[in-house]
Amino acid sequence: MNSAINTAGAGLGTAGALAVCTALVATAAPARVRPVVGSVGTALTGAAGVAAGIAAVAGQSMSVTLPGVLPLSGVSWTLDALGGLFIAVTGAVAVAGSVYAISYTRSHGLESRGVQAVFPLFVAAMLVVPAAASVGTLLVCWELMALTSLLLVLAEHRQRDEVTDAGRWYAVMTHLGFLAILAGLLTFAAHAGDDSFAALRRAAHTMPPWVAGVVFVATLIGFGSKAGIVPLHAWLARAHPEAPSHVSALMSAGMVNLGIYGIIRVGQDLLGGGPRWWWLLVLALGAVSAVYGILQAAMSTDLKRLLGQSTTENMGLVLVGVGAAGLFATAGQQVLAGLALGAALLHVINHAAFKSLLFLAAGSVLRATGTRDLDNLGGLRAGMPITTGLFGWGALAASALPPGTAFVSEWLLLQALIHGLPSSGGVTSTVTAIAMPVAVAAVALTAGLAVATFIKAFGVGFLAKPRTEAAAQARESPPLMLAGMGLAAAASVVLAVLPGVVLPGIGSAVAAAGVGGESGSARAAAGVVTLRLVGVTGALSPLVLVLALLGASLLTAGVVRAVTAGRVGGARRVARLWDCGGGPLSSRMEYTATSFAEPLQRVFDDVVAPETDVDVDHHEESRYLVRTVEYRRRVPDRIEQRLYQPLLKAVAAWGVAGRGLASGSVHRYLGYGFYTVCALLLLLAVTR
Amino acid sequence: MTALGVVGGIAQPVLIVAGSPVLVGVMRQVRAHLEGRAGAGVGQPWRDLRKLFGKEAITPAGTSEMFRAAPLAQVATTLVVALAAPFVTTDSALGVISDLFAVVALLAMGTTVLALAGLDTATAFGGMGASREMTIIALVEPTLLVAIFALSVRVGSTNLTDIVSATLHDPARVASPVSLLAAVALVVVVVAETGRLPVDNPSTHLELTMVHEAMVLEYAGPDLALVELAAATRLAVFLGLLANLFLPWGIATELTPIALAVGILALVVKVGVLGAALAAAEVFMAKLRLFRVPELLAGSFLLALLAVAASFFLA
Repeated sequence: MNSAINTAGAGLGTAGALAVCTALVATAAPARVRPVVGSVGTALTGAAGVAAGIAAVAGQSMSVTLPGVLPLSGVSWTLDALGGLFIAVTGAVAVAGSVYAISYTRSHGLESRGVQAVFPLFVAAMLVVPAAASVGTLLVCWELMALTSLLLVLAEHRQRDEVTDAGRWYAVMTHLGFLAILAGLLTFAAHAGDDSFAALRRAAHTMPPWVAGVVFVATLIGFGSKAGIVPLHAWLARAHPEAPSHVSALMSAGMVNLGIYGIIRVGQDLLGGGPRWWWLLVLALGAVSAVYGILQAAMSTDLKRLLGQSTTENMGLVLVGVGAAGLFATAGQQVLAGLALGAALLHVINHAAFKSLLFLAAGSVLRATGTRDLDNLGGLRAGMPITTGLFGWGALAASALPPGTAFVSEWLLLQALIHGLPSSGGVTSTVTAIAMPVAVAAVALTAGLAVATFIKAFGVGFLAKPRTEAAAQARESPPLMLAGMGLAAAASVVLAVLPGVVLPGIGSAVAAAGVGGESGSARAAAGVVTLRLVGVTGALSPLVLVLALLGASLLTAGVVRAVTAGRVGGARRVARLWDCGGGPLSSRMEYTATSFAEPLQRVFDDVVAPETDVDVDHHEESRYLVRTVEYRRRVPDRIEQRLYQPLLKAVAAWGVAGRGLASGSVHRYLGYGFYTVCALLLLLAVTR
Repeated sequence: MTALGVVGGIAQPVLIVAGSPVLVGVMRQVRAHLEGRAGAGVGQPWRDLRKLFGKEAITPAGTSEMFRAAPLAQVATTLVVALAAPFVTTDSALGVISDLFAVVALLAMGTTVLALAGLDTATAFGGMGASREMTIIALVEPTLLVAIFALSVRVGSTNLTDIVSATLHDPARVASPVSLLAAVALVVVVVAETGRLPVDNPSTHLELTMVHEAMVLEYAGPDLALVELAAATRLAVFLGLLANLFLPWGIATELTPIALAVGILALVVKVGVLGAALAAAEVFMAKLRLFRVPELLAGSFLLALLAVAASFFLA
């Protein structure tokens, strides 16, 4: 064990100890104080994680080996800048989520022992995954994270039936993913002869290419399923919305990132790069996920489901960056590779900030109105002005428009892709020349659809008139919930205006991943106020952009006030809305989320394949007189229908067929055992 | 930030705000002449604006701050673009935001706030306009960014001032297939973004066809004046960008009165000619059905993609 006590090690150790203590105290505490105890303890756990992560990114390293804890391999943790970045992000999301949870879990019937004790353990499990330094440690921490999150997803299973279904999907898919990671990493460890990451790194160069390929693809499947990458996204859009909202925020803004972490750690760090097709595969999966995820979100009318699908989109964008980085690295373009990976990591941080804000705000809406259906919301700005403002900022941050948060990281990503073409001094190969424009087109389509999606979520859900009584009665959330959202919003504002403050950290994380040149000093971009790309031309200053926008707005307002002699800024006459002379407008005449998305649904008809039913009920006297019309639309996930349903059917059929073998006779079962042993012996005799 | 950039940063917004209603007047006059009408004169848009600014400010019942702030925000985004992009001078007053992506995103931001205002009114018209506008924006974005991609790969930068100076130094680029394909793609994009025929009809108030007008139906008085002014400046900015990306000649590269005068005159002539050509073309066109618009945009997307392919394979 490393004798030097430093912040990184102390922080992580404190986080683990705090989490366990919180879990114990929360189990013992009476129900009245349980939310406070559990949430405050979790917030402190998260804060300790942030401290550890920042210390690791700043250059401290930490190494702990506990040989006796696990049989065979023991447990070992090592913290480097790459892991530290992910730990800091997870910790920060946990702080915002826990502050929010102090009030949220009190009001939502979530003060049960299970939820309050498992929540800190879930946070702690997520904090130790990026520090794992051996295959055994990683797998144990990974499984702990999966199990604790599964318990939290199931928290409200008594209230709603969908929760059980979501939990089942999540349990099965997360364990299939775990199996894939297990198979990949065990193959790797078998070749290395030892399961520590240091040994794997040494063995990577002597491994036959096909084994490395198998390891990479298997871990890509496992980690990709955790990140919600198409076609392994089916659980995400179910489990994230059904979890309690503070858990949704942690899953969507924290846990999915660890899938990205796994891909970078195994692909770039442990396997040391690899051939081009790996990264083309990652790039293609990322582009498909981004477009498919946001398209599903654009069609969605369930606020939390929409946010979950947008997580798939954002992880897709991150993978586009990771794939491009790998592609450039294999071509020897280290500067570009560093830029692309830096853009991907910046997007991870930005996404964590705005997605936790959005999920927490959606939780407030759910608490105030009891519904997540955008078609039943509207007009929340009157009852919940602060939540409306915060969600509005989150929506702007998510839609890649200036001065939002995602705009900065998508700008960096596009810069990396543009400079990758040969005519601008990038990689000279036909594959890159085809991949880069297609990737840019995918990112651009995603950006456009994201704008439409978040305009829908914000405009239909929070502006306009309330569509139901519940929405009209909505009241503002308690201060601690607002404080939790405020923390996430503040982080998102800082990232949008001064992204330069996190870039040095991203630079060291990129270097720790083994990308961006030997010197390790190749930074993706430099400068606090102005992002100036290093090695290629390109500069952008979000701060100047914001100031220019503010200045222009003030100037315009001033001029208008002067021109109209103060009539615009002062009291205004309230007038009736234009109702075509047909009497007052009712909320039933408003556009809903479904109708807002209808043109896009028609345009992408072939991709989303919506199912619509129109039932017309005629009067008995005449077919020309209509009594009622009923319109139903469902946008099922097409990939799920085409890929999962046949698979599930086949498994079910296999199970039914297998029933014939189990007749209940003991003799028969003994016979099965006997013949299996004989067959195995025969097999051994033949092959040996 | 150079002296030339600062002068440009002052001259450009003033010129564009003052000149864009005149541009709209010229376009209406061209259309009127071609249709055999006398027309209201080039100064009519400015007279309309003066009238609207003189009216009482109105708040439609049930609308919020969003509705009132949207026209201001749209004017502000366009002003920032007019300030930062190279229209009259090659140097920019704010070089760190004259990036082509930032400019495009700022202009999209302007449309977006207006769509939110449309939804905020809670009328069927407002929602309809917002929904249609966002559909078009979502489909325009890929074309726009891929066309930008095609133009910027050769320069190795997405900064507008770099692209414009590169074209100035190497005039042969303009005649290359890359430029021509990207130009055609961008023309379609500009038509869609500024709501001209055949994508949207700026002079219709028929509910089946209107897009932009449906969003802004509830605006009146000074607010409507701002919306109209923003629409006009957006048109001028888009045409100015189109002109200077492909034909930057005349733009001031040094700080002398003559160079500046030539720069201003060149911008006025280029934008005027483009606007008149657009207006003349519109006379011979009918508005497309809304669900035909994606086909048009898909076509322009293909051209933009071909432009990128050409930039690699013909290089």
